[in-house]
Amino acid sequence: MCGIVGLFFKNSEMEPELGHHFAPMLETMCSRGPDSAGFAVYDQESREGWFKLSLYHPELGYEWSKVAEGLGAVGFEKVANHVLMEVPEPDGPVLQQMQLRWPEVTVMSAGRRIQIMKDMGTPQEVVERFGVRGMRGSHAIGHTRMATESAVTTAGSHPFSTGMDVCLVHNGSLSNHNRLRLNLEREGMVFHTENDTEVAAGYLAWRLKQGKSLHDALEASLQDLDGFYTFAVGTHDGFAVLRDPVACKPAVMAETEDYVAMASEYRSLAELPGVEKARLWEPEPGVVYSWSR
Amino acid sequence: MNPSLRESQLFSRGVIHEIQRAAEEGIYDIRGWGTKKALPHFDDLVFLGASMSRYPLEGYREKCATDVVLGDRFAKKPLHLKIPITIAGMSFGSLSANAKEALGRGASEVGTSTTTGDGGMTVEERGHSDLLVYQYLPSRYGMNPDDLRKADAIEIVLGQGAKPGGGGMLLGQKISDRVAMMRDLPKGIDQRSACRHPDWTGPDDLAIKIEELREITDWEKPIYVKIGASRTYYDVKLAVKSGADVIVLDGMQGGTGATQDVFIEHVGIPTLPALRQAVQALQEMGMHRKVQLIISGGIRSGADVAKALAMGADAVSIGTAALIALGCNHPKWQSDYEKLGSAAGFYDDYQAGNDPAGITTQDPALTARLDPLDGARRLANYLRVLTMETQTLARACGKSHVHNLEPEDLAALTIEAAAMAGVPLAGTDWIPGKGKGM
Amino acid sequence: MSTIEKRRCAGFDLDVQSVRDLNGALHAAVEPGVWEVINPKGRHALAVGLTLAHEVRIVGHAGYYCAGMNQLAKVVVEGNAGTGVAENMMSGKVHVMGNASQSAGATAHGGLLVIDGDASARCGISMKGINVVVKGSVGHMSAFMGQSGTLVVCGDAGDALGDSLYEAKLFVRGKVASLGADCVEKEMRAEHLVLLTRLLQEAGSGAKPEEFRRYGSARKLYHFHSDHVASY
Repeated sequence: MCGIVGLFFKNSEMEPELGHHFAPMLETMCSRGPDSAGFAVYDQESREGWFKLSLYHPELGYEWSKVAEGLGAVGFEKVANHVLMEVPEPDGPVLQQMQLRWPEVTVMSAGRRIQIMKDMGTPQEVVERFGVRGMRGSHAIGHTRMATESAVTTAGSHPFSTGMDVCLVHNGSLSNHNRLRLNLEREGMVFHTENDTEVAAGYLAWRLKQGKSLHDALEASLQDLDGFYTFAVGTHDGFAVLRDPVACKPAVMAETEDYVAMASEYRSLAELPGVEKARLWEPEPGVVYSWSR
Repeated sequence: MNPSLRESQLFSRGVIHEIQRAAEEGIYDIRGWGTKKALPHFDDLVFLGASMSRYPLEGYREKCATDVVLGDRFAKKPLHLKIPITIAGMSFGSLSANAKEALGRGASEVGTSTTTGDGGMTVEERGHSDLLVYQYLPSRYGMNPDDLRKADAIEIVLGQGAKPGGGGMLLGQKISDRVAMMRDLPKGIDQRSACRHPDWTGPDDLAIKIEELREITDWEKPIYVKIGASRTYYDVKLAVKSGADVIVLDGMQGGTGATQDVFIEHVGIPTLPALRQAVQALQEMGMHRKVQLIISGGIRSGADVAKALAMGADAVSIGTAALIALGCNHPKWQSDYEKLGSAAGFYDDYQAGNDPAGITTQDPALTARLDPLDGARRLANYLRVLTMETQTLARACGKSHVHNLEPEDLAALTIEAAAMAGVPLAGTDWIPGKGKGM
Repeated sequence: MSTIEKRRCAGFDLDVQSVRDLNGALHAAVEPGVWEVINPKGRHALAVGLTLAHEVRIVGHAGYYCAGMNQLAKVVVEGNAGTGVAENMMSGKVHVMGNASQSAGATAHGGLLVIDGDASARCGISMKGINVVVKGSVGHMSAFMGQSGTLVVCGDAGDALGDSLYEAKLFVRGKVASLGADCVEKEMRAEHLVLLTRLLQEAGSGAKPEEFRRYGSARKLYHFHSDHVASY
């Protein structure tokens, strides 16, 4: 149970201000989710043939240079207990290699633009820890978590990566995720937590892998996911929002010429520039909304 | 009967009868009371009375206090109860006005609280209850801000032990003019109360609802959150995170006015494991005794009360036992019970509205059978006995306050109870499942 | 209470003062006043539990449960309102000049709720006597289990309108996506037009009563019956 937020710039001139506008959105949702927080930021694309990794290890003193060297990265940037690095596309899948060589390291995200960071603590603490205010980019989605059934851990925090450059945040509670997890595992998907949202993320990743478009994958989830949910999904060049057909969990959207934003509550949108003149609405139940540029 | 006849365990006479009834009537069985199946319960626990290693207190002479404060986490005016036994929420509609009055008078006499139910607050019950908890239910029948402000505490009801995940029911035969008026519904129709609240879902939104209720009542009233026992460990944590002052946890044995039998017998977990999980959740959060825990569901005796307190509850709540104290299932109505195809000791048709004891009915001739003053005296007597029994056991364990009872004062008689209650099997230090959490 | 006596104005800036300050002052007032609230910014529980005929103007968007359990007061939201605006209102008037989120007017017993824009899902859920006039459209499951009172929708209604309806009266001018269990279209009689005319007038709507259609309960679910098991 949680607060979720998303901010997508239609106007690329705003990109340097992403963190400045996004951080307060996340902080305002503290009362909905004080246990942990996380976000995905989409910034400049990696060099051709390279991609970005966001890695996590609980120990601040972890020796990242070996990992960076092993993956062929040209340096790395350490942000609290996370590390960001750009690595060349290897012959074998990097993620499998990671799992074998450094099983103690968690891959938070992988893609040409995405960087996911998440950790325990209040949204304010997480925002400070990762220096969100200074971040730039085209769009970001974020999450504040009030843990329901699965443990309060960094790994159990949102967003969940659903494959290259795609991630998901969720407010609500799924009611059929245990059996669905088993079915997806049979299809070769790998899960790391007991979290229901990770199953939703895995489900989308599986549909995308089958060649479905994000829109169609979300449409399909209306059939296969039971329970209450509002999802926000970040993609390489856009973002999408979906509420379940009962639509009990809240969501409000704001759109101006410069941006599209969504949040669990209007409070999180209140400080956005020009929001008083924005078009405000609530996403309809069972309808996929998506933006890209 | 021919001794060679062999009854099927699977298709017992009761099962055969129910299949035939269902085939006949085409509707599921709706009844009152609570679960009737055998479940691990407080009877499966015993106290380790003091002897050499511990010193007992003298019965009747040395002090053993029983008072409890409920709701001092955020509320300006917490409840001070003289005994740790409260009366659970039961609606006017489900119960007669006389029964509600008797509960209020009896509870007030011994210094404890009563609770409204689905259907709102009556003038009589407010008048006769010194301390009245106002239930805030999904249906919001009779929900009125004036009554909210008149209440001593507010209990947000998410669920009930008899039916976690289900809404209320009140069948048409009990919808009198007054009940109908209080609920803004036509007389005589079957009422299905909602299973979810109409304007919030989940703990994140509950936190905002609690904020609203506090704002309306100027942060004076304690906010209770009542849950039916099922995913108790998580639900208790979320109730704390949502801002509850008090958690009311109703185990599977909790009674009901009218619910599908399939719900009563097959949904939820017993009081014993639910209580242990709740206390564990509170302790992990450092909130045990700070957010008070009221446990209900099958409390019958001072032994049950003392064991519940020892396991970590701050107070207990009684429903079915209170009705029995008023005269429900009393042998003096035997011939009337027989006319209904029931018998004293078996009557559970609270939904039918023709209760011979005049308690779970709105029929004026029947309700007149319960004298509220007599009922109040009986209830007060019963509550005094529960209290004295609780003190007796606490003194035997060397406690000068009943809240100093601990799980370590208990031993379990069965492996099931040891596992569920988290206390060692008697004569061993073995708690099945310990070390695996929850 | 004359208008002159009510002219005691007070302003609240929620960037500076708290919601508690606002509600505390509204509750402590001994006579009705005129109040202006600025910078609400979606905060919750604004002007809740009022018992006097205050006039409260909220300049901006309100969060959850604005004007909840209102009695006698007139609350105007010059913006959108979040979940459960005017929930369980007893009397008075709440006017939302923008859109309202889900469960607007939930379980309310009386008074008038006017929404100039749209109301989302479950508008008027379990209504118990309130009159709601929505000048735009309403979302799905509106008037779910509506017990009494009136819901007037000048635009369209979403799916499952009036599901499990009791005695609430529903009037819709535009399209109804679908009717919920036990909700049927009913004849518009003279007394309904009178009621509708009055409510539209009170809400300041120019819509013509004769353009509306009336919906109500078929009353088939009033008693449990296995023939209706598919509807439960």
